[in-house]
Amino acid sequence: MTAATSRMGRLSRRTNDGAGWLVKIVVFLIVAVWTIPSLGLLVNSFRTSVDSSSTGWWTALFNPLASDWTFDNYVRVLGSGGLFDALVNSLIVAIPATIIPITLAAFAAYGFAWLKFKGRSLLFGVLVGMLVVPLQLSLVPLLQVYQGAGLTGSFLGIWLAHTGFGLPLAVFLLYNYISQLPKDIFESAYIDGASPFTAFIRLVLPLSVPALAAFAILQFLWVWNDFLVALVFLGTSSNVAVLTIELASIVGSRGEAFHLLTAAAFVSMVIPLIVFLALQRYFVRGLLAGSVKG
Amino acid sequence: MAQAVETLTPSQSGLKILRALLVVVGVGIALWLGLRLLTDPDVFSGLGPNWSKVSQALVALVLGVGGIWALFYAANTIVEVLPARASDLLRPYVFVLPAVAVVGLYLIYPTVGTVAQSFTEVPEGAGPLTNYTNAFTNADVLIALRNNLIWLLVAPAAAVVIGLAFAALVDRVKWESTAKSFVFMPLAISFVGASVIWQFVYAWKPAGQPQIGILNALWVWAGGFLVDWGIVAQVEPVPWLQIPFWTTFPLIAIMVWLQVGLAMVILSAAIKGVPVELTEAARIDGATELQAFFRITMPSIRGTILTVYTTIAIAVLKVFDIIFVTTGGNLDTSVVAVRMYQEMFRFRNFGQATTMAVILLVAVIPIMVVNIRNLRRQGIGS
Repeated sequence: MTAATSRMGRLSRRTNDGAGWLVKIVVFLIVAVWTIPSLGLLVNSFRTSVDSSSTGWWTALFNPLASDWTFDNYVRVLGSGGLFDALVNSLIVAIPATIIPITLAAFAAYGFAWLKFKGRSLLFGVLVGMLVVPLQLSLVPLLQVYQGAGLTGSFLGIWLAHTGFGLPLAVFLLYNYISQLPKDIFESAYIDGASPFTAFIRLVLPLSVPALAAFAILQFLWVWNDFLVALVFLGTSSNVAVLTIELASIVGSRGEAFHLLTAAAFVSMVIPLIVFLALQRYFVRGLLAGSVKG
Repeated sequence: MAQAVETLTPSQSGLKILRALLVVVGVGIALWLGLRLLTDPDVFSGLGPNWSKVSQALVALVLGVGGIWALFYAANTIVEVLPARASDLLRPYVFVLPAVAVVGLYLIYPTVGTVAQSFTEVPEGAGPLTNYTNAFTNADVLIALRNNLIWLLVAPAAAVVIGLAFAALVDRVKWESTAKSFVFMPLAISFVGASVIWQFVYAWKPAGQPQIGILNALWVWAGGFLVDWGIVAQVEPVPWLQIPFWTTFPLIAIMVWLQVGLAMVILSAAIKGVPVELTEAARIDGATELQAFFRITMPSIRGTILTVYTTIAIAVLKVFDIIFVTTGGNLDTSVVAVRMYQEMFRFRNFGQATTMAVILLVAVIPIMVVNIRNLRRQGIGS
């Protein structure tokens, strides 16, 4: 045992030492290409519009003391730029559009995994089978329903749309986790007189936190970064428009607001980056488990 | 279950029913009022612009998050006051039917509707295949289909190759986790945000002016050497996003930039799962590093490579945001999803739009089949 472990240790150390300069250069180049575009945008967002449209952002980096650094872009974009409202709208959309599908999916996953009823495997198969369907298939008929029901441009409408599109993956991920929970805990809970509802709230939810968190991050980032669903069902009027919509409209405006684009882009990225960096471990787990979405 | 054994006295059960009714009515009224409050634009206007927005957000959050739990609570309360047999029979449906109903309304019904409309939503007296013959004879649709094919051929392969190379190489450097975080980070960025980032990379100024996009700056700088050495006469800056047809490739690069992190993180986990003994034994037998990688590591993670490839391929087939935001589908860069949006909102031709969606579905299904089969073979996701 000890001999084996030390052998393993020696071998893995040897592979780590084997990094030649060529390997280091290639890794460094890839990291550079994956970092520099965002860095350029970040630097430009702190430069005046005259500077950023006349000289490259790297000139400011090479000569930081002689350049005009400013917060003006952020002040303008959050003030008169209307991006504050869009930021709040994005939160209004993304938080319920994450919680609602998780709740529905957790209840459903528990029902499918631990309760017996007629049509169980058929319903489960159909529900998870919908993973295959690209959401484009839903757009036209749903838009017709929404126009009839007056749901276009409403937060309720987009919460439910994101819920519908996220549910198959949510049920799939949570079922895989919840069905693996040990059977004994439910039996002892029932003997103590708990109803399935209580057992679900008190036992299943707390035990499923890793799976819930993994899906929550995936869904939150997906909803926050979504453009198409918001464009079709929520629209571009400023009292409901989310960040991606506002950002795209600034891109389209070219002339007057174009220099605010850099700051606006960063405002739209702050929250997903925070979520992402803080919860990266759960996120990776969700990605590994969820690489089947259609 | 256990509590069904106790028998309730009539007054107790009466109280329970009364309580259940109160819960249901209360939840109903609260949700109705909340939704009224949320849809009324003027309700918070007395608070000033910013605070009215924040108050609206708070109402929305309480309503959206609390509402779903209140609905489940109300449904459960009803089921619990029913006679024991009925409540045992109905309870599972309280758990699963809400999810089934939402998926039914948002995915199953529209998918059936889309397929049906693509055949029925045709001009008066035209045959059921009209939308399809129109699609496959329309030059713009054919360009969109061709571009989707180019995306499908280039983007997933490029993302997997770069992701795999990076995952294999980064395994050998000391600052592995930092390097991986940087490559992984774009996964948190939206397609719209990435398009903005790359518009600045691709920025173009006429020759003679200082370039503000780093790609053209490097291009002109490197070209300067070629001019000095007399290899070419002059090097012009390139308007990367304004060249008909060819602009598709800079756009594909944005997609690759976004997806490499996904490929890298999954493939890196797979590479680390290959037993060190295997590659070490190959090296002792005289294999070079490259031979060990291509003969031992690659075959061991073949299944994962296929999963990553198919996942990215599906994302690529549905690509919309990048093209919509940068070129709007002009300059021969349109794809099926962009064309579908234009049919819906620019031409108001829902029949033709549903046809584009069906084309997407038909393209996605074979890839999904490969993906699911592959996952089954690996024993995941059964």
